[in-house]
Amino acid sequence: MIGQAIQVLVDAVSVGGLYSLTALGIGLIFGVMRLINFAHAQLITIAGYALLVLLTPSAVLAVLGAVVAAVLLALLVERTAFRPLRGADPATLLIASFAVSFFIEKVTIMLVGSRPKGVDFLPALAGQVEIAGVRLQLLQLVTIVVSVVLLVTTTWFLKSTRLGLEMRAAAENFRMAEVLGIRANRVIATAFAISGLLAAAVACLFVAQTGLVQPRMGLQLVIIAFVGTVIGGLGSLPGAAIGGFLVGVATILLQALLPPDLRVFREAFLFVAVTVVLLFRPQGLIPARGLRERV
Amino acid sequence: MELAAESVSVRFGGLVANDDISLSIASGEVLGLIGPNGAGKTTLVNILSGFQRPHSGAIRLAGTDMTHRKPGAFARAGIVRSFQAVRLFRRLTVSENIEVGLVGRGLSRGEARRQAFAMLSEFDLGHRAAQPASALSYGEERRVGLVRALALEPRFLLLDEPAAGLAAMEAEELKRAILSIRDNRGCGVLVIEHNMALVMSLCDRIHVLGGGKTIAAGRPEEIRRNPAVRTAYLGSTAA
Repeated sequence: MIGQAIQVLVDAVSVGGLYSLTALGIGLIFGVMRLINFAHAQLITIAGYALLVLLTPSAVLAVLGAVVAAVLLALLVERTAFRPLRGADPATLLIASFAVSFFIEKVTIMLVGSRPKGVDFLPALAGQVEIAGVRLQLLQLVTIVVSVVLLVTTTWFLKSTRLGLEMRAAAENFRMAEVLGIRANRVIATAFAISGLLAAAVACLFVAQTGLVQPRMGLQLVIIAFVGTVIGGLGSLPGAAIGGFLVGVATILLQALLPPDLRVFREAFLFVAVTVVLLFRPQGLIPARGLRERV
Repeated sequence: MELAAESVSVRFGGLVANDDISLSIASGEVLGLIGPNGAGKTTLVNILSGFQRPHSGAIRLAGTDMTHRKPGAFARAGIVRSFQAVRLFRRLTVSENIEVGLVGRGLSRGEARRQAFAMLSEFDLGHRAAQPASALSYGEERRVGLVRALALEPRFLLLDEPAAGLAAMEAEELKRAILSIRDNRGCGVLVIEHNMALVMSLCDRIHVLGGGKTIAAGRPEEIRRNPAVRTAYLGSTAA
């Protein structure tokens, strides 16, 4: 019984980590640009397809290829679609992000078809390990470790580096940061590159778990992770990470605790919980001050 | 060196906010800009810092025409302004608030951290360096805002109501800080302020606006005695 509970907990934490990384990628862009970037889904998708294409030569090359593909696409989207709209109304940015997301998704379908393709990425991780009498899937542990390492590294980057400081200042008050000499193009491009990196990590872990790539694989993650950023507090980076994590954990706990015939309604229960949280904390769990204090 | 507004005019629809105003600030002097609410003081500071363009007239820095440049270009040229509401990054520490300005000038993070602490210490704020900006008192926020403006190495500092809401003792600390900036850094400082005791004791010269026009300009004692200024702004009690 305890062993089963620990297994569910590890599962919940590993899925929470995945959503946390996704939410952080979305939260970073929202923080500096006030843009809800649904095209983040396609960053995950393209990284997944890069894995598929490059896996045959080597798994390391595949991971590097996934990172390069997602970062390049992120920078390309920023340069061609969002930079011309900088300073536009948030609704305009939101519609543009939908347009970019749909456009890339349809181009992907045109190029590779809409059917899922199997990817045997890191099959060694499918094995199990026994820790203190509890059998755990190696992949889940790797997912937790990778998520923690990336969250800690991103936190360190934001806290201790020059670009990280510029990014946090821009996230709180973009115009004031510009007045103080922060270069907007560099800060925003860096945020997009990091979001691409996080998307690639999510893609690697997700593909290793599911063994599939398909053109809409990013979207299902991004929708749930976006809910996480809203719960955490749009514009707050710790809020995004925590919100994404909580949504992921809640998804798995609902799956484990709901009676079997109600499990198909898991998402409905999740969104009821989200609605309740927002009723009591409309600004999210860790509200972003910058949203109220723009120059 | 001199920062000058030459025959500047600005209109908002039918309202003339600045009507043919000329003034200049020299390095190493404090110029007070006073006048009743709606006189056009903040508009003039917006123009002098590139946040707004005049409909006619020009802004010159040491003879160079700056009129059509962007705020970032004004800041890089050494013209730095503060706002009526202090806009610190409240999620950042006090030190990080200063570091943002320093790294914006190209310093490394480590060098920025060292320099930020030295600057905060100079203004008796060293003990606050590691605390979040949201923990500061109002007077401390004002002084940190001033230190942050100094991080940009200004040649001219434009302060919009820096003493608003400060207690008498805090206003006195602010005055000492501004005088130290003038004397030790050779900055030219323009101060918009309603606290007349502070303006009279702080400023080398005063420029008075009313209804968007210049009413008077001169040394504090001349302004205090000027009948037009007393009628429009100071009132009989200020003499």
